[in-house]
Amino acid sequence: MPDHSIALAHQFDDIEQQHESAALGMWIFLATEVMFFGGMFLGYAVYRGVYHAAYAQASRHLDVLLGGINTAVLLCSSLTMALAVHAAQLGGRRTVVLFLLATMLLGSVFLGIKGLEYYHKYEERLIPGSHFEFSGPNTNHAQIFFSFYFVMTGMHALHMIVGIGIMLVMTMLTWRGNFSAEYYFPIEMSGLYWHFVDIVWVFLFPLLYLVDRS
Amino acid sequence: MSAEPISIYREHYLNVSYGVRSWLFTKDHKRIALLFLASITLFFFLGGAFAVLIRLELLTPQGDLVQAETYNKLFTMHGIIMVFFFLIPSIPAVLGNFLVPMMIGARDLAFPRLNLLSWYIYTIGGLFTLGAIVSGGVDTGWTFYTPYSSVYSNTHVIATAVGIFITGFSSILTGLNFIVTIHKMRAPGLTWFRLPLFIWSNYATALIMVLGTPVIAITLLLVGIERAFGIGIFDPRLGGDPLLFQHLFWFYSHPAVYIMILPGMGVVSELVTCFSRKRIFGYHFVAFASLAIAVLGFLVWGHHMFVSGQSPYAGMIFSLLSFMVAIPSAVKVFNWTATLYKGSISYDAPMLYALGFIGLFTMGGLTGLFLATLAVDVHVTDTYFVVAHFHYIMVGGMVMAYLGGIHFWWPKISGRLYPEGWARFAALVVFVGFNLTFFPQFVLGYLGMPRRYHAYPPEFQVLNVMSTAGASILAVGYVLPMAYLIWSIRYGKRASDNPWDATGLEWQTPSPPPTENFEETPVVTWEAYDYGSKEKVKEPQVA
Repeated sequence: MPDHSIALAHQFDDIEQQHESAALGMWIFLATEVMFFGGMFLGYAVYRGVYHAAYAQASRHLDVLLGGINTAVLLCSSLTMALAVHAAQLGGRRTVVLFLLATMLLGSVFLGIKGLEYYHKYEERLIPGSHFEFSGPNTNHAQIFFSFYFVMTGMHALHMIVGIGIMLVMTMLTWRGNFSAEYYFPIEMSGLYWHFVDIVWVFLFPLLYLVDRS
Repeated sequence: MSAEPISIYREHYLNVSYGVRSWLFTKDHKRIALLFLASITLFFFLGGAFAVLIRLELLTPQGDLVQAETYNKLFTMHGIIMVFFFLIPSIPAVLGNFLVPMMIGARDLAFPRLNLLSWYIYTIGGLFTLGAIVSGGVDTGWTFYTPYSSVYSNTHVIATAVGIFITGFSSILTGLNFIVTIHKMRAPGLTWFRLPLFIWSNYATALIMVLGTPVIAITLLLVGIERAFGIGIFDPRLGGDPLLFQHLFWFYSHPAVYIMILPGMGVVSELVTCFSRKRIFGYHFVAFASLAIAVLGFLVWGHHMFVSGQSPYAGMIFSLLSFMVAIPSAVKVFNWTATLYKGSISYDAPMLYALGFIGLFTMGGLTGLFLATLAVDVHVTDTYFVVAHFHYIMVGGMVMAYLGGIHFWWPKISGRLYPEGWARFAALVVFVGFNLTFFPQFVLGYLGMPRRYHAYPPEFQVLNVMSTAGASILAVGYVLPMAYLIWSIRYGKRASDNPWDATGLEWQTPSPPPTENFEETPVVTWEAYDYGSKEKVKEPQVA
């Protein structure tokens, strides 16, 4: 069992205060993330209003099946993450490590499928820039759609990579026995982050893949 | 005053350890504040050097000292360095870092490691920008307007944007740290309405930092991607909308203007009360005015775009909302003035800066109303009137408050007194130099001299010569404090714990403070600015 006087940082009076501070700090950080992604969502929405036809046409080039599988994979990873946090609250060690590994595995599957999708777009010459090709009158406007597609899913994927990195550290710390039923909130904070990344995708998937598809 | 004799040796945050490593790996908020102090002073004088070159070029109507292209780079780099690398971190990262934990009776900020990381991020961002400057600079103006920045400019836009992008995370981390610290780490008895107003204004600033900065980050990222890959998000040739960039840019950069004034207002509240020995007039109003400015500040960005072709209805709404920002700002000015009324005023150097702030900020604020008026703005858009207006706020306001604060807390920071005579003289020099520099620019702008040109018609020369003369006086006013403050570290008289007889918790610890700030966590039983009440509890009670 770890000594809590080691876990308690010197600037805090007790572990309770430290826990509350960490939670508040994480929520504020997530608020900054919302604003960060918000800028991209705004840009996406503005051009969707202006170039409605091109957006509808371009979104049909996205692979709903792969996107749908990825949505399921990511939702499952949120479940395993929640289970990991729950197990941590109970002070489990092996279960926490197990669920964290499952979360990382699912996250990696998501990234793999995303990479496959990117590769298909590369083959179809849908990567914005000088090699971009799109049949029809709306080439430039479709390019804007794909610019947002790559920037938004790219930033999302980057956040997932960071998340997997965090989880790797958490897994190691758990394995070394740094956490207990009293001191587990680093895992809880990682969970908050992971759920946030998940929720971003929950907005990205319908906006990019589904809207106006029919 | 403390009755104890000053001991020969006492351990405090400065002498607890020595060597470069003890500074580069410190987690003490006071030491990190000093790291920031050194870095932003460097950037201040670098940005100032660009200003000197600008003013030298404008001494004569012909473009003789530098080419037009070079001039574009000079004002761009002056703006970028002063805004992102001096003004935004100035009071929060130096005085805020030092004082927020001390004023609320905490041992440190909530996240000391993030605090140190914030300095490293700032430094890395600064190095990127310095690299861009050394390798040829950037000429887009500090506003990076597209499509010039994203397509046409041949200068180092991406490197500069990356520098600003990185530095943004430094202010996000500082803001996050402040919010959590102020919420969770106040000393027992220190309720929200007993907090010093410096804390309230830094809290409001932190809100803007946390909510605004990510938007400039993603905006600059999009500009960089557009520039690198030739996609058309902001390029009208490819169907993009340059106005979208302006909306996104000003959504951060207008609130950022309040990052550059709110902390100054907090400092002035501390100074005015201490040097008139009175409670602040209308504490709650001053406190909430800070929050009101932060909130309203997010709703007025469109007043930078009155002539951009945005909808006239949007223009009217933005105009109205911009007028509304004047209300909380005026509340503060009136309340400081009312605090002075019947106070026992002493004109020490910090107070001179504070009084200078009140006057100059009022002028800057009132001319802001001219600019918020749609019809007037059409005439003075992109003229020196605008330049004069925001320098009255940023330099006349924020830099004055920053210098006032540095002087006021210098005894606490360094444990030494600065030479008062020199300091008063410098404050006067700054005030005179500042007005001589920027008041003529109001007139120039009103007469129609556009900003950002290196040459101008000969009839504007007299006013420009005045402005350049003022700038050289101002430069003296800035070099002086730097010289005597450094001098005082070695030769200044030792400061007592509370040389101003001020009421804040930060004055109840030794000067300089020990690493843990307080030997015992103080218990607060009094309101802020408890000047005048004779039976004031001087000694902190033991928890």
